[in-house]
Amino acid sequence: MRRILLLSALVGILLLPMVGNNYVIRLTTIMMLYCVLALSWNFIGGLTGYPSFATAAFFGLGAYTGAICQGQGIPMYLAWILGALMAAVFATGLGLAILRLRGHYFAIASLVVADVLREVVNSATKLTGGGMGFNLPVLKMGVDAQAKLFYYLMFILAILTVGSAAYVNRHRLGFGLRCIKQNEDGANMIGINATIYKTIAFTLSAVFVGWAGAFYASWVNYIEPGDVFDILFSVKPIIMVLLGRAGTISGPIIGAVVFLFMEELVWRNFLTFHAGVLGLIVVALIFYLPEGVLALNFRHLLIWRKN
Amino acid sequence: MGPILQLKGVSRQFGGLLALNDVSFDMQPGEIVGLIGPNGAGKTTLVNTVTAVYSLTKGKIFFEGKRIDGMKPHEISRMGIARTFQIVQPFPKMTVLENVAAGALFAGGAKTLAKAKEQAMEHLRFVRLADFAQSLASALTLADRKRLELAKSLAMNPRLLLLDEVNAGLSNVEINRALELIRSLVERGITILLIEHLMKVVLALCSRVIVLHHGQLIAEGMSSEVVRDPRVVEAYLGSRFTKRQQKGKGYA
Repeated sequence: MRRILLLSALVGILLLPMVGNNYVIRLTTIMMLYCVLALSWNFIGGLTGYPSFATAAFFGLGAYTGAICQGQGIPMYLAWILGALMAAVFATGLGLAILRLRGHYFAIASLVVADVLREVVNSATKLTGGGMGFNLPVLKMGVDAQAKLFYYLMFILAILTVGSAAYVNRHRLGFGLRCIKQNEDGANMIGINATIYKTIAFTLSAVFVGWAGAFYASWVNYIEPGDVFDILFSVKPIIMVLLGRAGTISGPIIGAVVFLFMEELVWRNFLTFHAGVLGLIVVALIFYLPEGVLALNFRHLLIWRKN
Repeated sequence: MGPILQLKGVSRQFGGLLALNDVSFDMQPGEIVGLIGPNGAGKTTLVNTVTAVYSLTKGKIFFEGKRIDGMKPHEISRMGIARTFQIVQPFPKMTVLENVAAGALFAGGAKTLAKAKEQAMEHLRFVRLADFAQSLASALTLADRKRLELAKSLAMNPRLLLLDEVNAGLSNVEINRALELIRSLVERGITILLIEHLMKVVLALCSRVIVLHHGQLIAEGMSSEVVRDPRVVEAYLGSRFTKRQQKGKGYA
């Protein structure tokens, strides 16, 4: 049953660009981007239990690395890989430094990283264009073709992310990370090298995000610091994972889809106050569904309605 | 073969407090040594320095001839030293089986998770927790959690096991079961350092006893001799214990 559902969803996503208009294609591309962000955060936040707010930093870093590389004449595909690598290397170094902190302290330390990077990009005017933003080379293809290209590219990236999440979840690394989440000292005592494990998780939480940032830069053709280092890129994935269920694979995906759906619905109906309404919904969800949508027992819900 | 564990002039200072003061002793392979002393004497600190939870202020520690002070906790546990905690440290949201499998996987040399679970099941049978394999660790009673802790340590295939008050908070029946369990560990060839407040347990199990007081080693020797040592009586056991000993009851 689950396999059939999964397979039909995959086929649906693959065939969608044949039938959907550009709005649907764009929305689904964003949905897959959200899946990548949510599953990435899940490595460090959901599995390891370290509340990272660094997603925006990795996204922006990937976007600017990709953009600058392309500006220097490096082929687009290679530029994306470099964006992903840059985010990964940065996360490894950053992780070794700040993963010593726990709980709120770690959250604060990771929170300022995006701000620092934004200021660096803002002031390195020669390289990045500073606050003026950065124009990427325009692709020589039609608008429709471009939309479809990035749709499929994002699909591939999402599959890659899901694949690595599934791999980690089943293997020694995922098991070790769950141990660290529940009792880090205990984990050390049974032979887990917590420092290395946490750093790997942090790097995993960056590599696909950096990649997605590089895609994003090419996709929208123009980036500016305030756009790609937006704190919302850090906050949204956390909400998505909590909406679904932390530490699982289907949880973040479901959370991403539900979140996008709410975001779009609220944005359309409350043009002037959409962020506020979304905020209220998030607060309500966290109050009434603290364990996430996946924790709902749908059978119980049905019985309750019958009575 | 030389000593399995060797402490040479080990000191540990916390601010102005000298928790361990120039402690030296050896443990021979296959031995079961009792570590006793009043509250705050430094017994748990000693275990924490051996397992690298705390660094040393002074001194050296050798395990099977290799110097281990300065190593990281995960390295020490992979070398073959396991411990239990006075305050149990399970992974609460994992099953009992997974808890033990973690020890087998990360320190016990199990290659895959499936293998680790297989080994874990054996250890659970050994400590008689097999029936609870699939329950959450947080659902166990204190006595069961202590046995879980023991199974987890065993899964790490240790050659040296440091047991930090495994019997504290247990009923008499439970203690007798624990005694049997510890005896069968010695039969497996595991060297044990036993921190214990119950003299009944110490006298029943340990051939040799080490006594700590204010961070200093004040006596060391055969259990029967050490309990008669006047310094030990004054610092820890009390004169009532000695009187009862003389009456032949042998209980503290």
